[in-house]
Amino acid sequence: MTAPRPGGSADRGFSFNARRVENGSLALQYLLSGITKGSIYAVVAIGFNLIYSATGIINFAQGEFLMLGGMVAVTLAVYVPLPVAVTGAVAIVALVGCLLELTFFRRLRRHSVLHLVIITMGLAIVIQEAALHIWDEKVRSLPYFTGNEVSSIRFLGAAISPQVLWVLGTVGLVVLGLHFFLRHTLQGRAMRACSSNPEAAMLAGINIPNMRTLSFGLSAALGALAGCVISPMTMTHYEMGAPLAIKGFAAAILGGLGNPMAAVAGGLLVGLLEAASVSRLPAVYNDVAAFAILLLVIFVRPQGLFGAPAADSVREH
Amino acid sequence: MAGLCLLGTLLVMAGLCLLGTLLFTSSCAPPPSAEPVKIGALFSVTGPASFLGAPEEKTVQMLVEQINAAGGINGQKLQLVVKDTAGSPEKAVSFAKQLIEEEKVLAIIGPSTSGETMAIKDLCQENKMLLVSCAAAETIVNPVAKYVFKVPQKDSQAVTWIYRTMKEKGISNIAIVSSTDGYGAAGKKQLEDLAPAEGITILANEVYDKQATDLTDVLTKIKGNSSVQAVVNWSIVPAQSIVAKNMKQLGLNVPLFQSHGFGNLKYVQQAGVAAEGILFPASRLLIVEDLPDGHPQKEVLATYKKDYESRYKEEVSTFGGHSYDALMVVVEALKKAGEADREKVRDALETLTGFVGTAGVFNFSATDHTGLDLTAFEMLTVKDGKFVMYKK
Repeated sequence: MTAPRPGGSADRGFSFNARRVENGSLALQYLLSGITKGSIYAVVAIGFNLIYSATGIINFAQGEFLMLGGMVAVTLAVYVPLPVAVTGAVAIVALVGCLLELTFFRRLRRHSVLHLVIITMGLAIVIQEAALHIWDEKVRSLPYFTGNEVSSIRFLGAAISPQVLWVLGTVGLVVLGLHFFLRHTLQGRAMRACSSNPEAAMLAGINIPNMRTLSFGLSAALGALAGCVISPMTMTHYEMGAPLAIKGFAAAILGGLGNPMAAVAGGLLVGLLEAASVSRLPAVYNDVAAFAILLLVIFVRPQGLFGAPAADSVREH
Repeated sequence: MAGLCLLGTLLVMAGLCLLGTLLFTSSCAPPPSAEPVKIGALFSVTGPASFLGAPEEKTVQMLVEQINAAGGINGQKLQLVVKDTAGSPEKAVSFAKQLIEEEKVLAIIGPSTSGETMAIKDLCQENKMLLVSCAAAETIVNPVAKYVFKVPQKDSQAVTWIYRTMKEKGISNIAIVSSTDGYGAAGKKQLEDLAPAEGITILANEVYDKQATDLTDVLTKIKGNSSVQAVVNWSIVPAQSIVAKNMKQLGLNVPLFQSHGFGNLKYVQQAGVAAEGILFPASRLLIVEDLPDGHPQKEVLATYKKDYESRYKEEVSTFGGHSYDALMVVVEALKKAGEADREKVRDALETLTGFVGTAGVFNFSATDHTGLDLTAFEMLTVKDGKFVMYKK
């Protein structure tokens, strides 16, 4: 097959051969488009897992960590090179995450998970308002890490922005890192122990409050990193957190909470579902289609596609 | 114990929220000398339409200071009462009531968005309150309400410019993409309504979520239709920059037309090199340097641009220009009326002609409460990261 040329021979004729090539490259383009969206959702979804793993809380302020990460990095990038700005943003937002846990969550000794989840919603609003006052209402973005706004990698008539590869690369590294941390380090195992059985973990000498602070810090750091890598594509502004958090949360649920790898699969799946829906239905229905399928999956497998069935039943006690 | 702690946390949060709200609704009150004339202003300084409200608020604060420093109007100083509606029609209604009943202002300028303006149109009409809106929708002045005016160009005029430019370029088959919010929906309707008369065929018409983070799938669909000769996008930031970037990344190399909402150099910077060649209708405020010296608007535009940019250290936008026009037509009518009597000021405004503002030369009449015609627009394009006049 020759490389298809969009806008070429299909202009007026219905040469079926040309059509088929064109359709093939279009299908590939939808696929890449789904991966582009999915990579954004995946990188957001991973952040939900860590706090959930350690505390059982769904942190609805996760989107705000992304926003803060992007905002801080954009601000720093004026003065220092990009890699330093991103590192600085991750460090600062991690600190913010730890401070939030120390200020708000540590005080609630006998919490119910529901209380804490509601507090994360309140925090999301407060952080958003704070960002509006610290910065302003304007939309900003980091420069593309490779190339610029128009560069794309082309193959077989389809194209993808190099930034998507950066996002996917980040996702890969974060998943590997988390896997290693949670399975093979003492701290990571202690964190998982806090989640599965807090009383037993305490009896085993694990400092549960410190573990929770650590999980907030790490989660904030992951969020900030995600906020930086997606900033060139999605752009960064004070209101970006909530909609991203909803999509990321959906992706995390679809994959199965508590498992970073599953979150990635969930994210990519939501992205692909949206792209598939756009290819057949008017674009305005893409959320409807994606979420309808999400609901169907949850009806059949409440624990998510890759979640362990018993994982969430321990939390309510 | 836990309950107490939770209560404490909630109180702290509530306190923070309240503090935020207080900060938003501060009103500016210069020290009055001999009964100032109160002008009310409703702008969405924060929230989703803050890209409109923020420069609008900055502009009127600056202008009122300038006017007062020069001795005021008819010997009276102006007092500005600004309320931040955060883009919410409900807030616009309650603030409008406050301005009418408590503050008893001479006139209200704003709100920033069409939705908010329509929410208070009847309220102002019933209370005989002069309203000069900074929003674009046709319905604000059609049908004409005696006390309601607006200063931005109409959406339909922008669409007419876009379609005529297309015809000059030999384009007749187009695709429309627009956002799900009110701005996108209003533009989409005008684009659909005017297409047949201008000989334009709409081959694809897609609506996307205004919070969309990536639009390559929607644009892939358009790329799949090889008869599309141009794309029109009707949305605000960040989507209008994302469309531009995604089109170039996909290799969808047809001209991209944007709405007049693209009129801020910041958006060009966000889209970077992807913004090159974007076509959009806008007022001449963005290309002051390109205007010939004798142009009637040149002096007004250059002065406003210089004052705004030196004071706020940011690029001037056409939105700030709308609040300039809204305030200045009221001021001009006030001068003409000679006293701060609302009825007289309204009559003076309705008969105001030849007033040079940032959007164009205003000629109000009993049937035309916008006062602008097609000449208030110019087709602009982006070249080397700057706005320039589009030449065939």
